[in-house]
Amino acid sequence: MSILVKPDTKFLVQGITGGFGGRHAQLSLDYGSQLVAGVTPGKGGQMFANTVPVFDSVAEAMAETGATASAIFVPPPFAADAILEGAAAGLDLVVCITEGIPVRDMISVKDALKDSSTILLGPNCPGVVTPGDGEDSSGGCRIGIAPGYIHKKGNIGVVSRSGTLTYEAVWQLTSRGVGQSTCVGIGGDPVPGMTHLDVLKLFNDDPETTGIIMIGEIGGTAEEEAAAWAKAHCTKPIAGFIAGATAPPGRRMGHAGAIISGGKGTAEAKQEAFREAGIGVAETPSEMADTLLKMM
Amino acid sequence: MNLHEYQAKQLMERHGVQVPAGEPATNLDEAKAAIVKLFNAGNARVVVKSQIHAGGRGKGTFKDGFQGGVHLADSVEDATAKAEAMLGNVLVTHQTGEAGKQVNRLLITSAEEIKSEFYVAVLLDRALGKPIVMASAEGGMDIEEVAETSPEKIIKEVIDPALGLQPHQGRKVAIALGLRGRLIGQTASLLQALYKTWHECDGSMLEINPLALIVNEDGTEAVVALDAKMSIDDNALFRHPDIVAMRDISEEDPLEVEAAGHDLNYIKLDGNIACLVNGAGLAMATMDAIKHYGGDPANFLDVGGGATKAQVKAAFEIIVGDPNVQAILVNIFGGIMNCNTIAEGIVAAVKETHLTLPLVVRLEGNNVDAGRATLAASGLTLITADSLAEGAKKSVAAVK
Repeated sequence: MSILVKPDTKFLVQGITGGFGGRHAQLSLDYGSQLVAGVTPGKGGQMFANTVPVFDSVAEAMAETGATASAIFVPPPFAADAILEGAAAGLDLVVCITEGIPVRDMISVKDALKDSSTILLGPNCPGVVTPGDGEDSSGGCRIGIAPGYIHKKGNIGVVSRSGTLTYEAVWQLTSRGVGQSTCVGIGGDPVPGMTHLDVLKLFNDDPETTGIIMIGEIGGTAEEEAAAWAKAHCTKPIAGFIAGATAPPGRRMGHAGAIISGGKGTAEAKQEAFREAGIGVAETPSEMADTLLKMM
Repeated sequence: MNLHEYQAKQLMERHGVQVPAGEPATNLDEAKAAIVKLFNAGNARVVVKSQIHAGGRGKGTFKDGFQGGVHLADSVEDATAKAEAMLGNVLVTHQTGEAGKQVNRLLITSAEEIKSEFYVAVLLDRALGKPIVMASAEGGMDIEEVAETSPEKIIKEVIDPALGLQPHQGRKVAIALGLRGRLIGQTASLLQALYKTWHECDGSMLEINPLALIVNEDGTEAVVALDAKMSIDDNALFRHPDIVAMRDISEEDPLEVEAAGHDLNYIKLDGNIACLVNGAGLAMATMDAIKHYGGDPANFLDVGGGATKAQVKAAFEIIVGDPNVQAILVNIFGGIMNCNTIAEGIVAAVKETHLTLPLVVRLEGNNVDAGRATLAASGLTLITADSLAEGAKKSVAAVK
């Protein structure tokens, strides 16, 4: 099994006619994922890569193709609206890749989605991958911008705020012959959809996930909340890493959410919360996989 | 993006927040005109305030020994002399570091008779994903210290994003601050205007310290914002050209300004090992690994997921623009990004910038074999590493 998406999950791409969206839509097709539709208002009727129909709205694309998830690649000023459109149409999962959405827009989106059945992943995230059975894990479900080929089908769940650190962890696992159930990037923004805790709960309930790598970074208290829950409820071994131990306070380290403010959100506090919860803490990012494998 | 106090007050006033009368000045003539205007309006005293992007101005010291970046003055001559002493002078506060910051702008305001001082701020509560108003009767104090030593003295009011700050919430905060009578309603209105400023200007943080209860000349009392510190969400600047125009580049690190021009995310630090990395998380983790093995990172630098050859070259130029740098660590996990593109960029940059510093390169990912071959065939003396940890170790060894 897996969480959030399965190899046969049908999804669409909002913003498929843009350069960035189109490039990654093609990579998902190459990986063998079930990308069944594109959405760009005003460009309905076109075809993407000669195989994927483009629609004017998410509702129309869902009705015609049976897509249940989406990846959003539209520019920041229009991304919040794209998320709300996906939720209004009744998608199960909306994965927002777009970086640079104003915080005020995300506060409104989060508030609007509080009673919605749609799950939001991101924004400013690499997306989600459930590796497949084929060569270099092809045939899996890749929604977003992660490199598919570094994965391997297996039983470790990976959750992270950072894209490249996720790839680093996945590559370490795959290089050691250890596969992944699902790899989830929750994104680096201060007001995200899914949190570490939400993903941890899904991994804990997934019978095929036997171990978890949880990667955090400075800013906010989401890692601490996930650790406190894990201590009380999680039955699976977890190893983790927190980036930003050397980051100066008050500066945004690339990600909008990676900032130590008012003395809160330090790497030290998060590492301490991990240790307190029995989560293995990798001393350097090169030891994420080994730290988990030693615990299993 | 950070704003000066006078800029924040302009935005606040536009949204209905009461602030003392005042005007900014960038030279002595403007300062004198503002001073004369305030005295002519009947003020017995004025305040001359240095405008820099750092706190602790009042207790700061200028490089020439002149004490204090904020001064009261009771005559035109006195105020002008103080303005002259501050303008162009370098102010050192506990937040500026030893180098201090040159004072290029002043704010001249009326001096108020202060009865008591409070702290109030509007900010995002990340755990809730909602804005909050945070207040304390301990005005003028360091709020982090108050939160640490007596958290019960911090008042928090959560704002419903769909409704905004409601009058009853503003009254609740005012009452908790100990205000009574007509001041309750006036403060509630002020807090609503403050929230409106934060919301409509896409503020990240809006802090008033102090918010003051003052006594007017006729004996009546009022609550006004005596100081203001505001930062704007960089992601939202596209819809605020008026605020973008307020940007004061002289307050920013020149290397960081240059990096931003190339769409590079660069933050200068104090160490001597520069790093060039793709991805914010990996860039932070690379700095951490350098520190872990006993070194000191010189910077944070994220070249992003789709770096071009030109960006890699610009990144090298920025890195070597920092005189403290003694070695460079390049750490690229090219998941999608072609490692060979990065390798070609590195070779071109090293040759064009005539780099002589030790350069450690760790490349992994898409088309990595071609990338490594490009580096090997370049004739450059590079130190290669197979993992991030190895790269960090080798870069630390290179500066020892």
